[in-house]
Amino acid sequence: MAQENGKRRLAMIASKGTLDWAYPPFILGSAAASMDWEVAIFFTFYGLPLLKKKLDAAVSPVGNPAMPMKMPFGPKAFQKINWPIPNLLMANLPGFESVATSLMKQTFKNKGVPSIEQLREACVDLDVRMIGCQMTMDVFGFTKEEFIDECEIGGAATFLEYAADADVTLFI
Amino acid sequence: MDVKADKVLDCTGLLCPMPVVKTKKAMNDLEVGQVLEMIATDPGSIPDMEAWAKQTQHELLVAEELDGGKFRFLIRKTH
Repeated sequence: MAQENGKRRLAMIASKGTLDWAYPPFILGSAAASMDWEVAIFFTFYGLPLLKKKLDAAVSPVGNPAMPMKMPFGPKAFQKINWPIPNLLMANLPGFESVATSLMKQTFKNKGVPSIEQLREACVDLDVRMIGCQMTMDVFGFTKEEFIDECEIGGAATFLEYAADADVTLFI
Repeated sequence: MDVKADKVLDCTGLLCPMPVVKTKKAMNDLEVGQVLEMIATDPGSIPDMEAWAKQTQHELLVAEELDGGKFRFLIRKTH
């Protein structure tokens, strides 16, 4: 199925705001828009801060047992080691989350993965529609001024109306 | 295939989805009928570029693996 204008349509909900979960909506959004699809992303609950002008997405290995803990430096064999760090230690070690976040950012950078900022910028350039959830703004106390200018604000009905005619719909 | 490229795009060192995103942007600067040459090192770039060409309906003339882990693509802008 395609839209009246002949384009396919992708509708996504971004509901998570950690660094690892920030990637999928922006990767898929920019890739789909690059394939000439129409794309909209609805940012809700913990996903809403991904619209903030200054992104501060972090990653937490706590309660994230499948997350590999790897070092972004040293010889290749060293980089491949998956460091077994117990959750109990991670939860109680001050600053562990920021260490994990910078390790992940450095690993991604070394491998040629773009930053969230770059991917979001690509989405903006490619006319991906970004909709901030009004209800979440009210609940968490965000204002429109905190978000990038290119986003719009809407509710569940706004998303559903768009998604009703989508070829692909994803909840992330 | 011996087709002369009108523009060359270097996507070496970039991972998904950047080769596709940059290719799309580069195509915007071409005229219909012109050919873009794109070089990538992303190991997933051959299936990705095939899918991209299918969706955008631009003509993928060449998709080949070169020595040194590089991939080369020639794409003709069709619309």
